[in-house]
Amino acid sequence: MDKMPEIRNYTFNFGPQHPAAHGVLRLILEVDGETIVRADPHIGLLHRATEKLAESKPYNHTIGYMDRLDYVSMMCNEHGYVLAIEKLLGVQPPIRAQYIRVMFDEMTRALNHLLWLAAHALDIGAMTVFLYCFREREELLDCYEAVSGSRMHATYYRPGGVYRDLPDKMPKYRASKWHNEKDVAEMNANRDGSLLDFIWDFTERFPKRIDEYETLLTDNRIWKQRTVDIGVISPDRAIAMGLTGPMLRGSGVAWDLRRKQPYEVYDKLDFDIPVGVNGDCYDRYLVRVAELRQSNHIIRQCVEWLRKNPGPVMIDNHKIAPPTRVDMKESMEALIHHFKLMTEGYCLPEGEAYAAIEHPKGEFGVYLVSDGANKPYRLKIRAAGFPHLAALDELIRGHMIADVVAILSSLDIVFGEVDR
Amino acid sequence: MEILHTKIQEKLNHLIQNSKLALGELTLEVAPEHLKEVCLILRDDPEFDFKLLVDVCGVDYLHYGIAEWETETATTSGFERGVEPYGMKNFNPKEPRFATVYHLLSLDKNQRIRLRVFLSEHELKVDSVESIWPSANWFEREAFDLFGISFDGHPDLRRILTDYGFVGHPFRKDFPLIGRVEARYDAKQHRVIYEPVSIEPRILEPKVIRDDTRYESDNG
Repeated sequence: MDKMPEIRNYTFNFGPQHPAAHGVLRLILEVDGETIVRADPHIGLLHRATEKLAESKPYNHTIGYMDRLDYVSMMCNEHGYVLAIEKLLGVQPPIRAQYIRVMFDEMTRALNHLLWLAAHALDIGAMTVFLYCFREREELLDCYEAVSGSRMHATYYRPGGVYRDLPDKMPKYRASKWHNEKDVAEMNANRDGSLLDFIWDFTERFPKRIDEYETLLTDNRIWKQRTVDIGVISPDRAIAMGLTGPMLRGSGVAWDLRRKQPYEVYDKLDFDIPVGVNGDCYDRYLVRVAELRQSNHIIRQCVEWLRKNPGPVMIDNHKIAPPTRVDMKESMEALIHHFKLMTEGYCLPEGEAYAAIEHPKGEFGVYLVSDGANKPYRLKIRAAGFPHLAALDELIRGHMIADVVAILSSLDIVFGEVDR
Repeated sequence: MEILHTKIQEKLNHLIQNSKLALGELTLEVAPEHLKEVCLILRDDPEFDFKLLVDVCGVDYLHYGIAEWETETATTSGFERGVEPYGMKNFNPKEPRFATVYHLLSLDKNQRIRLRVFLSEHELKVDSVESIWPSANWFEREAFDLFGISFDGHPDLRRILTDYGFVGHPFRKDFPLIGRVEARYDAKQHRVIYEPVSIEPRILEPKVIRDDTRYESDNG
């Protein structure tokens, strides 16, 4: 008998500069023919030591770093951090601030899922969805800008409330070389009222827009061929691997911190928790799209409440929250408070706290150890994406090379939070 | 939560060193040799049912409770007193210096618990819980990378977040924030080279600990 040709596995790099790697992931794949035998993700290319930096700064200086963790769901990261501080301080923000936080959390969830849907579809080869999703993201980012002055890194949540109340006016477009007066009038049509009017108008249109994405994808034959039965994970295995959020719900486990361990005003709001059945990429897609609709529903409830109930958005405790600018000009005590808060910050009581929120990607937890100082002694960020990426090896074993991209993007990975 | 606390005390009292309920969170302190046993009971006993390991992290208690700026006494040396690096100070290093902290979650019972294992600097190792919760794999790699804690029985204990060939454990309190080396491209050698850092460590906002009577409750 002739000698058999020698067959050996082939190892190659995926990334770190690959458009479908969603940032900087170096994935070492070992393949047998076209089947994946082993995947070894090398992470840390975006490691910025956020937790160590936080140890050298007063508490409020770190809020801005939180935005830069998962840079597609900025305000949710802030929320987790701020909740941990509030837990140790033992303060609660005013009810209006809680509604504002919930509203922006859900807008952030929509932002995150829209970007995920756009990128996921693009990875699998559907270009149009990408453009559609960015159209809606644009309006949501305008809301971020109206409320905080920044389109992405908002630094809007503060311990004890939010930085300021919702504005009464929306910024408007101005005529330019590219847009004449008539175009601009059309673009500004829904910007005459307050921010809440603008958001309300958005929520009126948004469900139709979600229908558009679903028309393109849900029953699409190619889409189903690429996602159904790809990257299946059973509920028990998903729990053992530490998966949370849509990854866990895609496998059929109805676990959502907003409902199970409610924070802020989620217990007063009406919403459903969509769950999948098979735990494959397709079910995770369906769960996230259904969450978009639920988020829209929650935002509407918040807008209705916020229209009826004006009030303070920051606690009236000047040991934590700075006094207003006007007070500062008139009162010596306010000036001293402001000076101390802006230089030294405030001290937290000694102790430790873990605060978790239902981040768009899963459970985002902040473990804070304080030794009574004005800086965190140890800050540990439990990023949702970290265990998800750790499960990648198990999910893609036995799949084809083309499925790597589909499974990787169905995990909803952002390297800002995985590497921290 | 209190019910859980009493149940834990009933069943695990001989295995744990200390248990504390603060801010609605239950913390157990476990000796390193009992960790795996406690974890198995917490996972498999239907009354606890902690099926999901949320997080594992290391903590370095070297500078715990030590401020950069004294608030009790004043000196005549002005702002200088606030920028004195830790290395200049006299303090007794805490022993045990390190700890690993585990956060567990039970989906069915809807409750959380925290385990802490104190580790001495001289014997910096603890049993891996990777065989109990596979999700511990990367979390333990991270704690190994950042703090140098080694996990016995871990299948693949490599560095995870730092650069290839990195020396040291950056999240230890005695590792400088600015790092030890900096990288640049050397045009002559046609490659990236590492050199000792050229900047000096500075303290911009001194760490201050104030005795605050408002918090003299049972927080911690």
